[in-house]
Amino acid sequence: MTRALSGQEIGTRLEEKFTGGVIESSQDAVLVKSESLLPVATYLKDTPGLDFDYLANLTAVDYFDYFEVVYHLTSLQHNHSLVLKTRCYGRDNLRLPSVVSLWRGADFQEREIYDLMGISFDGHPNLKRIFLWEGFEGHPLRRDYL
Amino acid sequence: MTGYSAAALPPDWPGGFWVHFGVFTVILLVFILVMAMALIYFERRAQGRFQVRIGPNRTGPFGVLQPIADAIKALTKESITPAKGDKLVYWLAPVVAFVPVCMVFAVIPFQDGALLADLNIGILYVVAVSSVTTVGIFMAGWSSNNKYAVLGAMRSIAMAVSYEIPLGLAILGIVLVAGSLSLNEIVTSQNIPYFLLQPLGLLVFFLAASAEINRAPFDLLEAESEIVAGFHIEYSGMKFALFYLVEYCEALAISAIITTLYLSGWKGPWLPPVLWFLIKVVLVFFVFVWVRSTIPRLRVDQIMGFAWKGLLPLALINLFITGIQVVVWPGGLPWVLIFVNWAIMAVLILLWSRLFRLGGGRVEV
Amino acid sequence: MAIRTEPFVINMGPQHPSTHGVFRMRLTLDGEVIIDLEPIFGYLHRGIEKIVEGRPYAQIVPITDRLDYLASMTNNLAYVIAVEKLAGIKVPERAEYLRVIMSELQRLASHLIGVGSFLNDCGAYFTPFMYMYREREKIVDLFEMVCGQRLTYNYMRIGGVSHDVPDEFMAALDKFVKTMPAFIDEYDQLLAGNEILLARTKGVGILPKELAINSSASGPVLRGSGVKWDIRKADPYSVYNHLNFDIPTGTVGDCYDRYRVRMEEMRQSVRIIRQAMEQMPAGAVRADVPRLIRPPVGEAYGHIESPKGELGFYVVSDNSIAPYRLHIRPPTLINLTTLRDMIVGWKVADAVIIFGSIDICLGEVDR
Repeated sequence: MTRALSGQEIGTRLEEKFTGGVIESSQDAVLVKSESLLPVATYLKDTPGLDFDYLANLTAVDYFDYFEVVYHLTSLQHNHSLVLKTRCYGRDNLRLPSVVSLWRGADFQEREIYDLMGISFDGHPNLKRIFLWEGFEGHPLRRDYL
Repeated sequence: MTGYSAAALPPDWPGGFWVHFGVFTVILLVFILVMAMALIYFERRAQGRFQVRIGPNRTGPFGVLQPIADAIKALTKESITPAKGDKLVYWLAPVVAFVPVCMVFAVIPFQDGALLADLNIGILYVVAVSSVTTVGIFMAGWSSNNKYAVLGAMRSIAMAVSYEIPLGLAILGIVLVAGSLSLNEIVTSQNIPYFLLQPLGLLVFFLAASAEINRAPFDLLEAESEIVAGFHIEYSGMKFALFYLVEYCEALAISAIITTLYLSGWKGPWLPPVLWFLIKVVLVFFVFVWVRSTIPRLRVDQIMGFAWKGLLPLALINLFITGIQVVVWPGGLPWVLIFVNWAIMAVLILLWSRLFRLGGGRVEV
Repeated sequence: MAIRTEPFVINMGPQHPSTHGVFRMRLTLDGEVIIDLEPIFGYLHRGIEKIVEGRPYAQIVPITDRLDYLASMTNNLAYVIAVEKLAGIKVPERAEYLRVIMSELQRLASHLIGVGSFLNDCGAYFTPFMYMYREREKIVDLFEMVCGQRLTYNYMRIGGVSHDVPDEFMAALDKFVKTMPAFIDEYDQLLAGNEILLARTKGVGILPKELAINSSASGPVLRGSGVKWDIRKADPYSVYNHLNFDIPTGTVGDCYDRYRVRMEEMRQSVRIIRQAMEQMPAGAVRADVPRLIRPPVGEAYGHIESPKGELGFYVVSDNSIAPYRLHIRPPTLINLTTLRDMIVGWKVADAVIIFGSIDICLGEVDR
């Protein structure tokens, strides 16, 4: 059975390593600041004992005041999983660091978030629209689109 | 130059030489077209049975009118010409592809002495004329102004040129044994069918011929799953029907040649010779359909590898051994050589299947 | 004097007999060798994630049918598992066993099409495809007996399945399970040792193990590269922890390995169905769940092993009758991340075979 790691336990570990990076940690998930997303993700991937080498899912949710980007991480060797979240405040000019350098699987999923939600990812090798055509205006999956 | 053996034509047949020539040419052309349509029908039914389904069975009793329905459909479609293509070449290509195929039938004997043209260089004429079809295919690919078509045309030239050589060498084996290039004499000299004496030759000829007429497993030209229709991608209507017909007429021609060279043509007991000829042609064509339904397709570099590293050495060895046998027993080959030749073929096939690898691998980019 | 060559760009366009749907690949060719590849899709984008935001949870089940339309049962299952996880609903045992039987029958049907089209792309002109369709007809007839549909089943419900199976179903299923292993052996016998098939698929399109894990590949693509990861064993859902089965893996990660993995998975599916039929108890097939369900505020990620890989649904609820956000994690879209790495360096003919060995379905890629 895949053990879902408790967000609080990982949250305390991360807080020791990256002070001020963790905003909130609950039973289900760890919420980090967008500036410390890339160092936290690198730490989660490379630390022996955690070894989160498989990015199962990457998605974004629109909560009107902010956009929440959710990463579902899994470790194939230890068979445990973790939910990592980060937030982008505002509606325009949203930027987040890209995790493509850590997990190649994020490639198409980040392009999808850019296309449908409008969040840009710095460091992505090919940030173009993926489902809609070049020249489409707007980001359809936002709650205020239609 | 040309003439009919007296046995085939009654001496008081009215009209001069050119009238006879015209009448028999027309009969031959009608035969080619009717047989091609019959073979199309046969292929679709046989392929259907291989694929656990019934073939066409709605148009006419047992679906016999299906090829006619296909022909009517092809004739009534709009003929679209690509705007930027070379118009004259585009128009000429089906003609250049189709005419040589019909010309091949002029030298095939249907009965003792019943040929349109009893050339004494029969088989050489066949090899020479059938190569012109490739030029037609390349013209079609080039004039279509389409990248897929050009790809298909390039592949076809490479393949056709490579497989001419084993084809010719396999034929040479038969010529050595029969002692003549004329197809009529090759048939009359077969007291036993030559596939017993030249099994390796038959195998090489069959495979090289499959590649020449672009049939499976060498049909990458019309590989629907890759370059869609290859060189005839831009053709529609009657021109497409001509290309389709070329494919089946070539298959018919090759089946007829295999029957003549290896299966002793029209010879056989108590049935009329023409009927024996037809039965053998249909049998050879059935093997073509069988191979097509069963085996996957080779890639182009694997096809090249197969021709140059597989068939060419085998054909050369076959020629060498045949040559030795003909020199040692000039009067006629004893029947024990049948077993010797089959054993040699088995050994060679085993060796080749162990020793060489098909095709290249990944290219570092 | 060196010959001047120039790479040219060719479009393996949206309309093509072998791209399994409307998928476009822009290939840059140097002769016959592919030096670059760009996959372009979105031709079937229907905005499913936006459509579901106004619909009650129960009305979303038929919409999930249309995702991977060749494997509708598993799509339904993944969605209802995610919602049940969110709302904390317990499913009766007979329903769980019925779900397992339907999922495994669906896996068989999907692999039959996947392997059939793969062999068709290799050039075996429709013959293995027709043989496999013969078996798929039997499976689809079984599904028709159960839910009346042949392609988009809409059979699973939140809290169970929609209704119980008719009496003749178990007898027909029994007959099918007895005859299927012989047919799988027949397919193996026809083509597995064929020289030409081996020459075209062995060593072609190799996906190394680390790259597969890093690219979040799943399903037969991941297992063909040697990683023993199957959600049915790693994170068992439904009643898979009561059933015995093996997980086939490949060694090298070439097209041949992926083909073998799918063939072996078919055998394992038959084994699972047989055990499920024996262990299935009598009882209710649906929990008592209100028609307009209002899950508590929260979120859940439910995933299953669909025939194409790990299919996951991420549901966010705000205690209303419709989900606040539903995200579908498509296995085939993420498997396509590996396409460029696998194809570059090979020839045009191989591109079609490698693409066919990933076994995509555009409904899921584009949603």
